[in-house]
Order: sequence, then structure tokens, then C-alpha cells
Amino acid sequence: MADIHKNDVDAISGVSTTGHEWDGIKELNNPLPRWWLWTFYVCILWSFLYWIAYPAWPLVTSYTYGVLGWKSREAIQTDLADLRAQRAAFGDKLAAASLEEIEQTPELLAFARAQGRAAFGDNCAPCHGAGGAGSKGYPNLNDDDWLWGGSLEQIQTTILHGARSTDANAHVGDMLAFGRDGVLQRPEIVAVADYVRSLSDLPPPAGVTPDLAKGKEVFAANCAACHGDEGKGNTELGAPNLTDGIWLFGSDRDSVIATITNGRGGIMPAWSGRLDPTTIKALTVYVHSLGGGK
Amino acid sequence: MNVATKSENFEPDADDDLPLYEARRKIYPIAVHGTFRRIKWALLLVTLGIYYLLPFVRWDRGPNAPSQAVLVDLVNGRFYFFFIEIWPQEIYYVTGLLILAALVLFLMNAVAGRIWCGYLCPQTVWTDLFQVIERMVEGDPRQRREKLKSASRAQRAFEAAAKHFLWLMVAWWTGGAWVLYFADAPTLTMQLLKGEGPMVAYLWIGILTFTTYVLAGHMREQVCTYMCPWPRIQAALTDEYAFNVTYRYDRGEPRGSLKKTEALKLQGLPAGDCIDCRQCVAACPTGVDIRLGSQLACIQCGLCIDACDTVMEKIGRPTRLIAYDTEMNVQRRIKGLAPVTKVFRARTLLYAALIVIVGGMMVATLAMRGSEGLSAIHDRNPLFVQLSDGSIRNAYTLRIVNKQSMPRRFALSVEGVPEAQLEVVGGISEIEDGRPVVAVGPDQTFELRALVSTHAKLPAEASLPVTFKITDVAGGETSIAPDHFKGP
Ligand code: SF4
Ligand code: SF4
Repeated sequence: MADIHKNDVDAISGVSTTGHEWDGIKELNNPLPRWWLWTFYVCILWSFLYWIAYPAWPLVTSYTYGVLGWKSREAIQTDLADLRAQRAAFGDKLAAASLEEIEQTPELLAFARAQGRAAFGDNCAPCHGAGGAGSKGYPNLNDDDWLWGGSLEQIQTTILHGARSTDANAHVGDMLAFGRDGVLQRPEIVAVADYVRSLSDLPPPAGVTPDLAKGKEVFAANCAACHGDEGKGNTELGAPNLTDGIWLFGSDRDSVIATITNGRGGIMPAWSGRLDPTTIKALTVYVHSLGGGK
Repeated sequence: MNVATKSENFEPDADDDLPLYEARRKIYPIAVHGTFRRIKWALLLVTLGIYYLLPFVRWDRGPNAPSQAVLVDLVNGRFYFFFIEIWPQEIYYVTGLLILAALVLFLMNAVAGRIWCGYLCPQTVWTDLFQVIERMVEGDPRQRREKLKSASRAQRAFEAAAKHFLWLMVAWWTGGAWVLYFADAPTLTMQLLKGEGPMVAYLWIGILTFTTYVLAGHMREQVCTYMCPWPRIQAALTDEYAFNVTYRYDRGEPRGSLKKTEALKLQGLPAGDCIDCRQCVAACPTGVDIRLGSQLACIQCGLCIDACDTVMEKIGRPTRLIAYDTEMNVQRRIKGLAPVTKVFRARTLLYAALIVIVGGMMVATLAMRGSEGLSAIHDRNPLFVQLSDGSIRNAYTLRIVNKQSMPRRFALSVEGVPEAQLEVVGGISEIEDGRPVVAVGPDQTFELRALVSTHAKLPAEASLPVTFKITDVAGGETSIAPDHFKGP
């Protein structure tokens, strides 16, 4: 109100102006409606009461707590407890039901998938991707290729104990570093790589004439023990199927050669200690429903 | 004190401290009788009648469905309006209604200014009702003034208390009727009477009692003048052809007392019909002197017309010195031109056309929508997967809605992808004709994952349009949902 231009008076209304002018339109200095002003004062008063009642002001090492003693952390805890209580009905059912029962009860399935999706985002997405699409070295959970088996039970076991993890019941199975350990010589590795690629009908790169007969021989002697005589893999050992179109570590000739030379063995942590059994159940159902479950 | 009317020859003065706020002028409009008052009575009865009684209107929707004609069922996410049932995913009907409401308001404004404000706005209707109560208990403004001098303090206090009590009763029942739209009205009424109603119902009754009492009892015209944005918007939308409550100063001026104007007329000197009795001002619920020209605060209620007509009849002069008229016509009559009426103008036609289009679209979609629905969402991550045999698969989340009050079975199929294989995760009871069949409960939504894969060789960067289709196994009704099939 400081800058009232008393000398600048609007001719028609006889009211002084505030001195503000836009395109020739001047602002009259009319007083505010009383109710408006009081609303404003009440808001100011309210803010003072708020400062007293609730945490408001930062201090050097802490802050003013407010006489109500309200804490956002506690509020969250209460909310979470409420949420858990709310979910308990379904959560208990989920805990009691077997994996097959969950799959067959639409409401339980929907609940489990929703909970599983959330748990997946928090725990699994960093490696397997938000949608479970994986990446090189991290399996795609949407496809139908499973290193350790894609049935509900197998998926649950894998989540519980992990692969090559520190868990006592973890899946074990290492692929030897055939080249680095000197088991196979370079020409043998190249030959077997070409042979393995031919198993899934991958064409050799231009200018390369693979020695498939030799590759087959090497394969039978060194690889068939894990990958099977026909290269169809073995879920007991986590040995991938070499005849399908899915290659976890790349299907180009150099990648396959590198795999045989240095060996492979992805690690998945065991989740049994970190997630509760019900969450793992939900995760299992969710992963199974992504599209790859058998 | 109102500075705006302080003086014509305002003298700036260093000591002249302007008041910080403008104290409110209390307005106690007098009661009037006449055409517009009667229209207002009728609309008041109709609108309040609808508001208070509508929740009790029953509507038979068969078993398992509420039999209330108008019901907002928040818990189950349904809105019932007579034969129409709206689901959360059909919220665009509500959007359409809001658009329609805005357009109707625009059209009303183009035809007759703030006419909505004067007759139909809830603020006006309840304020009117509150003023009737006030006049009933405390008398009309003249009696009030006399009572201030003569009546005992105790009597005045009693009357004031009675007035506020009646106001609060109306306000309370206003809030009470509001909550009835959100639950079965007879049941809730009984619960509320027994004190067993849900907490949130009491809370809302409290909130609406408070707001009604404050807005209609205490704030009245201030809401219309200061708080409501519509007068500002309206002022920008109106034009010179809109019928606004207008003082016909071509006829009224120069004004003067009855005696003076009669004398002037006898002498053949110019004299207007307005006898400056100020009845028009006394009747105005917003305190406007309409003779100063059209104003922001005027809500077009027409009560000043009734007040002035009564005066004109009494003194034997033609009525409608104040009337719904256009500024344009006042000017034309001053110039001796015949008045013109232009209801069909670009803006009225445009608004009317838009109303017909939007309304027509809503009616058409309402009439055409089926009692089942299907929507499809493509998985975004991954967009597609390659399976071990080299085929390409896309995953979708499908949502099937059954809006009937009985369980139904839908057969699911997909079109648009060559050699498509359809696989469904969860909720499949059987296969019919090679199509998976999904059972959906009464009034329920069912979500499932559909996996579509194909061996066929896809063109590079493929994105094929696909269509999911559900067919009611029993009734044969179908719904479709379009989406895309992505390939490498
Ligand atoms: S000026 Fe007349 S029409 Fe306008 S609000 Fe007042 S009484 Fe109603
Ligand atoms: S009521 Fe009619 S005659 Fe009386 S002051 Fe108003 S316009 Fe003039």
C-alpha cells in the first residue's frame, strides 16, 4: 500500500490510482473486500499455528519438532502397517496356496502377479531389465528358453537358491575354459564353434569353410557330456540348448569362440534369505506368466 | 463506506488515509411480486425439489444392482443415472457432460447474459431461500429498520436466533441430501437417524452444512460479485445483442419525482418515466443500481423489473421501464431507429451447433456401446521376443469387461498376424473352436495376458495392425480392440 499515487486520480470514479498502468489502463486503488482480508489474516494465523504444531524450522543439527510430535517416518510406518493389515487377507491366502492353486485361482493370480511385478521391479530388474527382457549374459525371461527349467517349481528353486551363488543349494554347473585351460587347441575350438553354430542353422561367415566333421568329433568328446549328444542342453546342469535360436552370450562366430575359450557361468544371487517366501511365490508366478513359463 | 462513490470532485489530501478494506454494505432486498419473481419461485421449487428428492427415486436394474435412479457408487466405481450406467473407463462421458454444461452456459450468455446466475445457479437459489426465511422471521427491510428502534433487545435476539436456527436446518438438510447421492438413500437415511452412518457421511454433511450456511446465509451476493469467476468470463463473452436487464434510459430520463415530471410533461418539456423511487435498487439482491448501466454484479434476476413494473402500474405509466433489452436497442431508439432483435448470430449458432454435435456424439456412443468391453495394451518392454524355434512373439495385457449382471463366457481371437498362435496366461477354462474361452463374472473386469506368436516371415521393421476380438459364446455379441504386432 506504500506507493499510492494520491495525485493521480481517476476522473470518472474519483479514486486515486496505484500508479500501475498497462496500455493506458490504470489500476484504481480501491480497498479490498473485508472478508477477503480476514481470510488472508486467518491464513497467516494458521501458518503460525502450523509452525507450532508440526515440524517446521530447520536448526543447525536438527529441526523444530512441533508440539504434536508428528513425524513423517512414523506416519509412513503406520501407513505401511495399515497396508499390510489390508493385504493380510490375500497375503495369507497366497502364503497358504500352492503354486498350482495360485495359477488356477484368477483373483489370487492377479494379486500374485501385481505383487510379483512390484518385487521384480525392486529386485530383479537391475539384471533382467524392467520387463524381464534381459540382455547379453542376463537371460530374457519372456522367451521359452530356460537354463534351469521353466516350470513353476523350477523357477521358484532358481529364485530361492540362485545359480552359482553362495547358497548351499544353488544351481551349480560351470563351463570349462577350454582354451585358457589348454584342454583344446585353437583349431579345435574354431571347428567346434562352427559346428555348434551349424546346429542352429546359423550360416558361416563369408569366406569361411567350416570343418564340420572335425567339429562334431570334438563336440562328442568334450561338450556332449553337458550339452547332450545332440546339443539340446540339460537343465540339471544349466547347460543351454545349442540347437535353438536363442544365444545368451551372442551367436556370432567370435562370441562363440570366446565362450568356448574362456568358459561361461552367469551368477544369480539366492533370494531366500532376502525376500520372504510369499514374495518369492509371487515373483515365481509373475516370472512364469511373463510368457516363458512351461 | 465505498470510496468508488465518494465524490465527483475528489481532493487529494496527504492525510486522507484510504481504508484498508471495504466494509460490506449489508443488503436486505425487499420482497417483490411479478412475472420474474414467479418464474424464480417456480424454478426454486423445481430445482430444490429435484435436489432433495432425486436420491429417493427408485429404478429397477435387476438383482445384484442398486435400485437407485441416480447413484454415485464410489466403492464399486459405478455411476448410475436412470437407464445409464457408467464405468470408470467411460469417464469421458463425464468430460462430455462438463463440455456440454460449459457450452450451454456460453449459449445462455450469448442470448441473455448472466441469466444462469439469476435463476438457476445454486448460490442464487439457496440465497433466495435464505432471504425468504430472513424476511419471514425478521420482517421486510422496512420492518427491520423499525424494529431496530422500537423492538426490545430480547425480541430481536430471539428473532435472530430463530433465523440462524432455520438457516442451519436448511443447510444441514442440504448436506444431508448430498450424501444420499453416494449410497442407497433409504438405508443411509435410517443409518443416519440411528447414528450408525459411516463417518465420511457425517463429515460431508458437516462440510456442506457449513458451506451452505456461510455462502447462502452470510456471503450471499459477495460470492457472485467477488468469488465467482463467471462474471469476468461472461463480461468478455457478451456482445451488444445479448438481452440483459436494462434500464431504458431513452424512456426513463430525465428522471424526477412524480409531481415534477407530471408538471414538466404538462408544459411540454422533456420528462422521463423514472420517478426515482429507488424501488429497483431496494429489490436488487446484489445491491446494483441498474439505472447506471449494465454492471458486473448484476445477476440478471429480473427482480428490479418486477419492482419497477409494480411502480409503473401504480402511477399509470407503461410497464417495462426496466426490461430484458439490448444496449443496442436503447441506442437505436435514442436515434429514432426501430429496435432490432438478433437471436441468430454467429456465436449463438456456433454454440448451438457445438451443443448438438457434442450431445449427439454422446447419445450415439451411449446407444452404441455394448454390454461388454475389451481393451488391449502392448507390452512395452520387451516389444517382442524371439522364441527358441525362431518365431516372434508379442505379449499384450487384455482387459475384458462384462457389464451385465450375469456371468458370461467370451471366446478370444486375434486377427491381422499371419499364422498367428494365440496363447493366454491365466483364467482359461476351455477352448472352443480353437479359441480360448474366458469366463467373466457379473459386473466384473477380467485381466489376462495374451501371447501372440508367429512363424511367418515378417517384413523388416514390421509393425502389423492386429485386432483382438471377444465373442460372447452364448449371445454372440462382439467387441474388438486394435493394437500392433512388432517384429525385428
Ligand atoms: S440489477 Fe436487477 S436484474 Fe440485476 S441483480 Fe439487481 S435486481 Fe437482479
Ligand atoms: S423502480 Fe423504476 S421508477 Fe423507481 S427508480 Fe427504479 S427505474 Fe425509476
